[in-house]
Amino acid sequence: MNGAAPGESSTEVLRVDDLSVRLGGRQILDEVSFTLAEGEFAGLIGANGAGKTTLLKVILGLIQPSAGRVLINGAARSRHSSQIGYVPQKIDLDPDMPLRARDLIGLGLDGHRYGLPLRSAQRNARIDEMISAVDAEKFADSRIGNLSGGEQQRVMIAHALISRPRLLLLDEPLANLDLRSGQEVVTLLSEIAKQQQVGVLLSAHDMNPLLPVIDRVVYMAAGRAASGSAEQIIRTETLSELYRHHVEVIRVGRRVLVVAGEEPAIQVLGQADDCADHDHGDQSNSN
Amino acid sequence: MNSVSIKSAAIFAPGFFANGPVHTALLIGSVVAVVSATVGTFTVMRGQSFAGHALSDIGTAGGAAAPLIPVPSIYGFVAVNVVAAALMDLLGVRSPRARDVATGIVLGGALGLAALFLYEDTTTTSNTGTVATVLFGSIFALQSSLIPVVAGFGVAALTITLLLYRPLLLSSISTDLAATKGVRVRLVAIAYLLALAVAVSLSALTIGAILSTALLIGPAATALRLVKRTGQALVLASGIGVAAVGLGVLLAYDSVSWTDNGQGWPVSFFIVALLFGTYVITLLVTRHQPHRNA
Repeated sequence: MNGAAPGESSTEVLRVDDLSVRLGGRQILDEVSFTLAEGEFAGLIGANGAGKTTLLKVILGLIQPSAGRVLINGAARSRHSSQIGYVPQKIDLDPDMPLRARDLIGLGLDGHRYGLPLRSAQRNARIDEMISAVDAEKFADSRIGNLSGGEQQRVMIAHALISRPRLLLLDEPLANLDLRSGQEVVTLLSEIAKQQQVGVLLSAHDMNPLLPVIDRVVYMAAGRAASGSAEQIIRTETLSELYRHHVEVIRVGRRVLVVAGEEPAIQVLGQADDCADHDHGDQSNSN
Repeated sequence: MNSVSIKSAAIFAPGFFANGPVHTALLIGSVVAVVSATVGTFTVMRGQSFAGHALSDIGTAGGAAAPLIPVPSIYGFVAVNVVAAALMDLLGVRSPRARDVATGIVLGGALGLAALFLYEDTTTTSNTGTVATVLFGSIFALQSSLIPVVAGFGVAALTITLLLYRPLLLSSISTDLAATKGVRVRLVAIAYLLALAVAVSLSALTIGAILSTALLIGPAATALRLVKRTGQALVLASGIGVAAVGLGVLLAYDSVSWTDNGQGWPVSFFIVALLFGTYVITLLVTRHQPHRNA
């Protein structure tokens, strides 16, 4: 139970053991290990290409690992899994899609089943429960394609949680959100993790919006991962070891930047991989 | 009373309801409209309109080959479209781009065959109308013996589509999401493509191979702009399809008296014109309402 606070009778919802993935001769994941307990909110942090999406796909069973294993609630994952809720990065929601937010949430219960959907009072009650859990009452009867990015994320979270999974995975949910919507989604997830005792693993290339609320950081670089509390991981020594290159952790106000060492050549590694994202970070700082 | 009967006589030309070919046309046309609209609603939602249109053109090869065997053209349409759908799926598994390329390749090959078969049709059979029938349909020439065949294929396509209702919706949103829920995404995609092949074949039988997309996409695209629930879209699209076919048949029947030579205008023209007009009007009416359902 690496990282679980002593005395806390936390149940482990996810265990990743020495997970490696090789695709086309490239090592995408290199002996990644970490655990996640119920009610714990973890940020999966890393630049694009660090292996975050691959890791999530292995946990979901969409990619087979070349070595290592994934345990969900202490057991190997089964195919028809309602144990994992998942919010994918790319969702295709055309404005003309004839689906209301509440219909999409309902698909989280029985979208994998064949035949026409049957409505029941029980099903509707559960949908209403999820709608209020993510604060989506105002747009529950609107078409999903007409909702803003933040509203869509709330609906997708409700969709993912309606089948009462113990584990929720989100792939870059903040990528296309403005700062305020992103902050709202993060706060919502933090509340849900605690109230519903769900283990939440959220991938992001910028850790700063997450730092105030996450219990754990799983930091990825070049397919390797380091896991622990933010204080343990976001340190010059730990990250330098992970990157196998000297990096510097710099705190600017309440923001953390991870930059490459060797003084003059300052290159932002931890939260972004190009200048555009760097600018984006500055905006959030002044906000 | 008198004026009403005169008016109705003007709309329904004499003999309309007593005419055998009209009955067959209306019956087959309605079945085809419902199947096309239902399958088409998912075609539009899944962004497979290009595959749908390709299949309709591809069907030309089957429709053209049928008289050479000879078998009724519906068997030619279904056989070629089902094989083409399977090929498209095999060739274009990986990405949307691969899917488009596969569709294009199969389309090109099939049109080559269509050119050969249509040429053979005109040189070896005495029926010079075959080319026009295959390409543009002839709903009034359908034999009533085809009704059970059309009904059979129609029920098969509808059953597949309605069985896959929820998995299709889920995988339209995200195939990864559907896969993590245990949906066999690949199986669902193949089964749906087969239903699409059959629907397009039925449509080709009524309004012709190259126009059949109109019945597939038109009612569905119109309905998707007007309602916000999938079930409502299926019902509305079916209604629009049936209305367009019924009105088209009626107008074509009436049009005989519009022209001096007594030949009238082709029914496919009326059906497609009605579908197109309905879509354009819907587009204009809803164009300023981005949040029309909010």
